[in-house]
Amino acid sequence: MGGGDSAGRLVRPFALTGGRTRPSRADFTLITTVTAADPQPEAAPRPQPEHTRILRLCAEPVAVAELAARLDLPVSVVVILLCDLLEAGRITARPPHPVTRTTPDLDLLQKVRDGLGRL
Amino acid sequence: MVGSDTAARVPAGRPAPDTVKILIAGGFGVGKTTMVGSVSEIVPLRTEEPLTMAGLDVDDLDGIEEKRATTVAMDFGRITVSDDLVLYLFGTPGQQRFWFMWNDLALGALGAVVLVDVRRPESSFAAIDFFERRGIPFVIAVNGFHGEHPYPVEDVREALALPEGVPVLLCDARERESCRDVLIALIDRLIAAAAPAR
Ligand SMILES: Nc1nc2c(ncn2[C@@H]2O[C@H](COP(=O)(O)OP(=O)(O)O)[C@@H](O)[C@H]2O)c(=O)[nH]1
Ligand SMILES: [Mg+2]
Repeated sequence: MGGGDSAGRLVRPFALTGGRTRPSRADFTLITTVTAADPQPEAAPRPQPEHTRILRLCAEPVAVAELAARLDLPVSVVVILLCDLLEAGRITARPPHPVTRTTPDLDLLQKVRDGLGRL
Repeated sequence: MVGSDTAARVPAGRPAPDTVKILIAGGFGVGKTTMVGSVSEIVPLRTEEPLTMAGLDVDDLDGIEEKRATTVAMDFGRITVSDDLVLYLFGTPGQQRFWFMWNDLALGALGAVVLVDVRRPESSFAAIDFFERRGIPFVIAVNGFHGEHPYPVEDVREALALPEGVPVLLCDARERESCRDVLIALIDRLIAAAAPAR
């Protein structure tokens, strides 16, 4: 993880989330998949220890809920930390498959059915 | 390595899979965690959400039996259905008072399985109401404790006052194949609902 403390914004009293409790949850659902950017951006502020733990756990793609369980942290806290990492360009986030009742995705459903059939 | 400052950085390793989820609901002790564990490829994981974080003041927990319990626990498991598609199964928090968590959970779900214990079917009424009101497709899975199913499907349907077309299955939450068949029945229902549109 290169980079210095170039941006003061992320340098703050560190209580995991800097006291925030209401992140913008929009980017991260329970089954949003996050992956550490490789390479990591050079210019980004140095990650805090909890951020570094997350980066290690998402070297391979991992869902937000799984991250929370493995970190033993509430999802709401993990989401706040992920917001930081996303802003810093340190992770990418893939949203879940969109589900609409009006136009169901038959191909997707068939794929799920086939997969379950192999269990 | 030099990268563009603005371009999205493509992860070098395995690409992120597409993800979907199904909820496993029903009253306390009905076998939700058991079912998740039976079909999941990982030991069910658990997250605990402090109620204050989830948007509820702990002082508001009037009537909740265990006031010391200030977190809502949620179990989930995972099934990799293909190399680029992963299905997550979420056991809903047993207490229907935690409806605000259910709302979050239900958002974007393919559908739900409502587990029913025929010895106390009323413990699953709230879950049925929840999915019915929100138009979320569901199937009923009667968990036969000790593998026993004393009541025929039609009696269960009547006792639960189910709307027409909601499948009722008899299952054993401890059996992988049985749980798999329940999930397949849900997907079949979704496929059938989608088909007339063609
Ligand atoms: N005999 C028997 N026990 C079961 C069955 N399903 C669940 N249990 C047990 O019932 C208890 C509650 O199940 P659990 O899955 O934790 O219920 P949950 O509260 O809905 O998650 C556990 O001790 C399970 O081992 C079943 O089909 N037969
Ligand atoms: Mg449970």
